[in-house]
Amino acid sequence: MTGNIFRLSFNMLRRDWRAGEWRVLLLALVLAVGSMSTVGLFADRVRQALQQEATSLLGADLRVTSTRVISPEYRAAALQRNLAIVTSAVFPSMVSRAQAISRAQVISRDPAISRDPAISRDQVISRDQATSADAQTMLTEIMAVGQGYPLRGKIEIDDGAQHVATSIPQRGTVWVDARLIQRLNLEIGDEINLGALRLRVAARIVRDVDQAIGFVSFAPRVLLNAEDLASSGLVQEGSRISYRLLIAGEPNKVSELRSWLAERLQLSEKIEDVRDARPEIRTALERAENFLGLAALTAVVLASVALALAARQFITRHLDTCAMLRCLGASQAQVLQIFLYQFLLLGFFAVIFGCIIGYTVQAGLVQTIAAMRDANLPSPGWMPIWQASISGLALLLGFAFLPLWQLKSVSPLRVIRRELGIPEARTGLLYGLGGVVLCGLFLWQAGSLKLGFIVLGGLAGGLLIFGLLAWLALRALSKIPLTGNRALTNLAQHGRTNALQIVALSLGGMALLLLTFVRGDLLDNWRTRLPPDAPNRFLVNIQADQREPLLNFFTAQKINTPKLFPMVRGRLIAINQRTISGNDYPDPRARSLVEREFNLSWSENLPSGNELVQGRWWKQPTESALSVEEGIAKTLDIHIGDTLTYDVAGSQFSAEVVNLRKLHWDSMQVNFFVVATPALLENFTASYLTSFHLSADQVRAGDKLITNFPNLLMINTEAVIEQVRNIVEQIAQTVSAIFMFTLLSGLAVLYAALLAMQDERIHQTAILRTLGADSHYLRKLHLTEFVVLGALSGLFSAAGATLLGWVIADQVLDIPYRPGVMLLLTGVGGGAVIVTLAGWLATRRVANMSPLRVLQSS
Amino acid sequence: MQAENLGKQVESGGQPLVILHEINFSVKAGESLAILGASGSGKSTLLGLLAGLDAPSSGTVYLDGHDLSTLDEDGRAHLRGRLAGFVFQSFQLLPALSALENVMLPLELHTASNLPAINNHSISIQERASQALQKVGLASRMTHLPKHMSGGEQQRVAIARAFVGQPKILFADEPTGNLDANTGAQIIELMLELNRAHGTTLILVTHDEALARRCSRQIHLAAGRVVI
Repeated sequence: MTGNIFRLSFNMLRRDWRAGEWRVLLLALVLAVGSMSTVGLFADRVRQALQQEATSLLGADLRVTSTRVISPEYRAAALQRNLAIVTSAVFPSMVSRAQAISRAQVISRDPAISRDPAISRDQVISRDQATSADAQTMLTEIMAVGQGYPLRGKIEIDDGAQHVATSIPQRGTVWVDARLIQRLNLEIGDEINLGALRLRVAARIVRDVDQAIGFVSFAPRVLLNAEDLASSGLVQEGSRISYRLLIAGEPNKVSELRSWLAERLQLSEKIEDVRDARPEIRTALERAENFLGLAALTAVVLASVALALAARQFITRHLDTCAMLRCLGASQAQVLQIFLYQFLLLGFFAVIFGCIIGYTVQAGLVQTIAAMRDANLPSPGWMPIWQASISGLALLLGFAFLPLWQLKSVSPLRVIRRELGIPEARTGLLYGLGGVVLCGLFLWQAGSLKLGFIVLGGLAGGLLIFGLLAWLALRALSKIPLTGNRALTNLAQHGRTNALQIVALSLGGMALLLLTFVRGDLLDNWRTRLPPDAPNRFLVNIQADQREPLLNFFTAQKINTPKLFPMVRGRLIAINQRTISGNDYPDPRARSLVEREFNLSWSENLPSGNELVQGRWWKQPTESALSVEEGIAKTLDIHIGDTLTYDVAGSQFSAEVVNLRKLHWDSMQVNFFVVATPALLENFTASYLTSFHLSADQVRAGDKLITNFPNLLMINTEAVIEQVRNIVEQIAQTVSAIFMFTLLSGLAVLYAALLAMQDERIHQTAILRTLGADSHYLRKLHLTEFVVLGALSGLFSAAGATLLGWVIADQVLDIPYRPGVMLLLTGVGGGAVIVTLAGWLATRRVANMSPLRVLQSS
Repeated sequence: MQAENLGKQVESGGQPLVILHEINFSVKAGESLAILGASGSGKSTLLGLLAGLDAPSSGTVYLDGHDLSTLDEDGRAHLRGRLAGFVFQSFQLLPALSALENVMLPLELHTASNLPAINNHSISIQERASQALQKVGLASRMTHLPKHMSGGEQQRVAIARAFVGQPKILFADEPTGNLDANTGAQIIELMLELNRAHGTTLILVTHDEALARRCSRQIHLAAGRVVI
């Protein structure tokens, strides 16, 4: 029986197809799947590329760090999942030059110092003299690496010529940080002493990966072949060695391994990916993903509207068919089956066709955008194809199957009494279920619950509010006593249908405006978060008595004088008088936070770039109060009103948390998790730190700074900034490219909306023609109707896009947003012009049609 | 066919509105019955109840020995598929289907429902539909769509569709209502001729006295009641 029904269904589909009944629905579905797969595939490639680039900062996708030799079980688990692994060992050690050099050499080797009038020869000599005992030794971070290191990213070295390293240092040689070369006055080919070993400096490290995080362990790096480690004699009981297992490979395998490892992790071990390790990158990546999610959602919204309209038109047109089938003896189940098979068949072909279009378009987009082509994006995965296919079918069934469910209940009596429509009863539950499916789909496509809920809420709110306002507006307009107000009265008479059309057009328009104007504004605002002069150097370990000379140095070098932040290191030992330890926290991140020392600072005012999210800022610096970053507060379960006890160099203090702050990690400014009132900390011995911008032509000044203040650590964050900028730019280009395709979906919505209006207009026009209306009257009538519909839709679109844009900026992307008046003008004007033009094109032939033919065929 | 105490009542503006009131009559196999009445007398509603297109508020209809009130919507549809044919005032052809395809539709539905094969097993559905169209004089218009046919031609297609399944009973609702007098006369002639040839029972709703007189029996409806 099913086979016969399927055959009948197929025959009917074929015949309906020939008559063009499925065209709009198919077009809407192909565009829906096409746009979702284009956006999905494109976004997937960009996401993968961003992730890969970001992971170069870690040297791997995942890093396990342990104070003991990495368990062979971990290595085996990684290898079993076909993941690439490499191990490294990191520890601090003193390094010295193998040969002493003369003072004259110091000066002659550093032409910048010898030429610089700001630093006198006496200063250089005195520094040399003062440090003569230890001038040839320095604390370094030794990193012994195995073959294959790094798994992600590239190390750039200078061994006479600057190039990307293709292997690790040969045995007996090391690659060293530029700071070490400077401090020990080394040259390539010189030798250094490391433990029992004497190693040749084979190259200077120009760009490194897997940098240590945090300021404490930031010492110049020496990269060593792991096979030399044992003979160095440095690996002994009690050595402060951190063993690392670097892992890279397929994202899902990596994530699987991460879960596997998380269950087995010992107290002395931790897992990190680039997001854990670099909050600036995490913020940028998350924002990028939200942007991509927003673009994907916009495509889904537009596709949904187009499909809903097309399905509605299809169902209305097939009421008679259903009634006839029922009259001829088809059961309700058979009617449902006949249409369901048709929809599934159509869905199947539309999905395949849409995916092919999606794949081709995204490949084309990548080829046409130079930056994308050059970026050599990784191949897309299969996930976006599945996601688009399933979403397409879910949308089709969500919007078409439910009306179909009603269609099966069409009374066969309709063949006699045509006024009988679709029974309304018992559909609440079905619509509820359909709504749940669509909500799930939205959240899935958004990739973020928050973004999904906001857009979903915006959409649902838009549906209700736009619908109500449209209906009210049409009624109000019809009351205007204008001569020839037939058009407005007409619109008001079909208030529900027209309100629905306005809602559809508004939602489509809202999505388009969101993706054009709001997207541009949001991206610009994101860019300004990281201006060209964003700090790219951190200076740590500034002593109190160095503050003034340091600021003088900045002035002398014509570098903008930065603000110095005091820092005291303290350990959190109790929350609300309850002593805490790492064991209290199952979360590895929380555990590591409790086990290490915090960088505490104090400030009278809320530090710039920080945002108060809860509580109050202190009024008096003499108070005892603490301000905590909201993320860390959540991790450690700290709330306003809690009392935290810190141990600073053996003495303890307690204070109440009075506010929570939000930090903008990607601002590259100095940020502190915990800030105290001055009264609490200013009596402790503090060091200071700052961040500043050093332009390319000021690099030598940076070298001089370190030479003049040898105890300072200068951290170069250029690579991170470059990475964040890269992410912003890639996303800007991606979203722009995606927009082109989404525009097509928007036009499909418009087309579907206008076609939905067409049937009724044709019938009405035929009646008016019969009653003697001329073409001029009809044209005026239609144009007035379209202008009003378009302008109202445009107004709602602009209002919706502004509101949604603001909510997304504030709640999801966490960037400022100021809507422009252009958005409103474009919305209203564009809506009126586009709807009028498209409406006129769709109905112009109606005016020339024989009214008898129209009335006979209807 | 037998109607027993058949009544139909609907809600209108919160008030009950009686459309049909205790209708009783029976029709023998092969007989033709005309239901006459002015507009709003309840003729079409009665036809809908007799054909099982709608459920009565009271009373019952027996069709070929089946009590329609014991059947659900699908049961009645199944019975219609097996026993009944329809001709309507507004033709009710599917606009996307050609004349031939419209006539094929009940046979295809019959096959899809796995009902016993109608008549000759060896002839294909298409062949049988084609023969039905030839009988109504539309051999040359088989591939035409309804919108390209005149009202008379469309009604002929509807008649071919009604008879192709060789129904035991034919329900006709104002079959000439949308046609001019001349075409109407031709259509009614064709319908009665096929009726006789197939020995089909005919239930005809009309307000045309002359047309009604061509049926073996007539009943008159006024304000939802049978009047003598």
